[in-house]
Amino acid sequence: MQHLLIPMLTGTLVAATPLIYAAMGELVAERSGVLNLGVEGMMLIGAVTAFATAFAGYPAFVAAAAGAAAGAASSLMFGVLAVGLAANQYAAGLALTIVGSGLSGFIGHRFDSSTVTSITRIHVPVLADLPFIGPVVFNQDPMVYLALALTAAVWWFLFRTKAGLVVRIIGESPQSALAIGYPVIRIRYLTTMFGGGMAGLGGAYLSLAYTPLWVEDMTAGRGWIALALVVFAAWRPWRLVMGAWLFGGMSVLQLFVQGFGLKVPSEMLSSLPYVATIAVLVAISRNPRVLRQNAPLSLAQPFLPDR
Amino acid sequence: MRIVLEPRAAPRRLMRVAAPLIALLATVLASVPILLALGLNPLSTLKIFFVEPLNSPNGLSEWLLKASPLVLIALGLAVGFRANVWNIGAEGMFTVGAICAGWLALHFGAGGHAWLLPAMMLAGALGGMAWAAIPAFLRTCANTSEILVSLMLNYVAALILSYLVNGPMQDPEGLNYPQTSVFAPSAMFAPLIAGLRINVSIWVTLGAVFAAWLFLERSFVGFQMSVSGAAPGAARYAGFRQGRMIWLSLLISGAAAGVAGMMEAAGPLGQLTPVISPGYGFAAIIVAFVGRLSPLGILFGGLLLSLLYLGGEAVQMSLNVPASLARSFQGMLLFFLLAADVLIWHRVRLKRA
Repeated sequence: MQHLLIPMLTGTLVAATPLIYAAMGELVAERSGVLNLGVEGMMLIGAVTAFATAFAGYPAFVAAAAGAAAGAASSLMFGVLAVGLAANQYAAGLALTIVGSGLSGFIGHRFDSSTVTSITRIHVPVLADLPFIGPVVFNQDPMVYLALALTAAVWWFLFRTKAGLVVRIIGESPQSALAIGYPVIRIRYLTTMFGGGMAGLGGAYLSLAYTPLWVEDMTAGRGWIALALVVFAAWRPWRLVMGAWLFGGMSVLQLFVQGFGLKVPSEMLSSLPYVATIAVLVAISRNPRVLRQNAPLSLAQPFLPDR
Repeated sequence: MRIVLEPRAAPRRLMRVAAPLIALLATVLASVPILLALGLNPLSTLKIFFVEPLNSPNGLSEWLLKASPLVLIALGLAVGFRANVWNIGAEGMFTVGAICAGWLALHFGAGGHAWLLPAMMLAGALGGMAWAAIPAFLRTCANTSEILVSLMLNYVAALILSYLVNGPMQDPEGLNYPQTSVFAPSAMFAPLIAGLRINVSIWVTLGAVFAAWLFLERSFVGFQMSVSGAAPGAARYAGFRQGRMIWLSLLISGAAAGVAGMMEAAGPLGQLTPVISPGYGFAAIIVAFVGRLSPLGILFGGLLLSLLYLGGEAVQMSLNVPASLARSFQGMLLFFLLAADVLIWHRVRLKRA
């Protein structure tokens, strides 16, 4: 059993990582009242940029940074519309997803099915040699650890700093925040760009480490699953990590079920993450109190100062 | 000095119609640097993109053939968008509609029955509605976001189709290709003009445009839906039941997308293949917005987006530019349209700080 459990748990942490990045960025944006449905598109832009950078021979960390920068830049397209011009956030996000999917396919066309060398893993001395825990926890690539470090940073920022409090106030009532004198629009631009940068990192992880190759639309709905994860997590960073592990486990399970000798159509297994997303959304939404207590009050509502 | 947007009381009607044209112009202008970066002559490329596809009878036939499902799906979506119900799962409803209709076609096609096509259309509508009922039920009974549920179901529908054409519905004599047998002639739409792919199903789409106009502009329920989208508070006060609006929006858009899927299967495809929609479900969202959520506008929006598809194929064939360029243009069109709309509803003022 143990010889299966170790690769399963290792794979779970890896599969959860792009979701943690993308969802954590969206969590911060949503905490400030901005709902960006463009996560899928930003992930794709991040993925293709990171891949192109690595393909050109730059080291992986440069490629990941390029992916994050491209994600943040693409989020500005949504930001100008939805934050600056107070357009409908749903429609603006959808536009970003469509552009991102088209543009990444267009840019990535010449890399179709090319590969890059995967990010090397860190072998933590001594600890990695521990039985069981060692290979699962202490022998992963650096971006797995960075995701958790960023989670801690986001938690600390949102709940332990004044700036984080301001972000949350803006998410509850931009009118009040503006009346107190906070630059609501500027901060919403920043949270949107943070969301874009993180989605770009998530995409970069997909094309650099998870499957180090470029395939058109390779995110396969992970951006949307990330959006669902934010709701599932009730806008709380550590709950989000749990949710991402749950989903990571689900997508790894489908690879192993056939190894157990179960005769199930592969399509049924592939649909597991999507069905599970619906299931957890229902489970969390059925109790309206959880959502009402946690959902930012101004989420997805267009806001124009000086009304 | 800073820039301030001031809401206008009511935009001029002309501007509402002009916004899509402004957006199209902006999209074309934005494409110029992209084309230059690719080393292409913008003028001749744009000519291949927008003019060449319509240069032949066959091109015109393909234009209408692609516009038809886009218009039909967008009509259904517009009903929901008016009521602020965000169905982005038309792709899945399209697929399920095609599967249901395809099942009938494969089982009863040999009989040559006259009732087969109408029955397939009904099956397509019911299939799309059944798929749409899932987000409707979860939204009304469990308060679950219809956006995320309907989107997730796109992937599930695509996987179901993939399973069926690789297994139970696979053509037994098809050399193991993942596709069904070709439908019998009684299960396919007759061509409108001999030798071209355009078929009689476009009359269904035109009929739907009229029906949608009656429903949206002339019926009380259609009015109720617009009100509950534009002013939810007023709608609640007037006693309009929100749950009913959600069910109606999703079922109507599901039926429309399902019939569109059926028409694709029984028209240009003539069988089921692993992928039956080249992103119609998403493109139709843009069609609905370009059409200002009004049936007649959607007709023009569908023709425009259809042209973008054909243009994408044309530059791919003659200039070897990937077709995903067309998808970027689609998204940019929506982007510029939303921006133009803001500027129509607001006055831009410079204000002293």
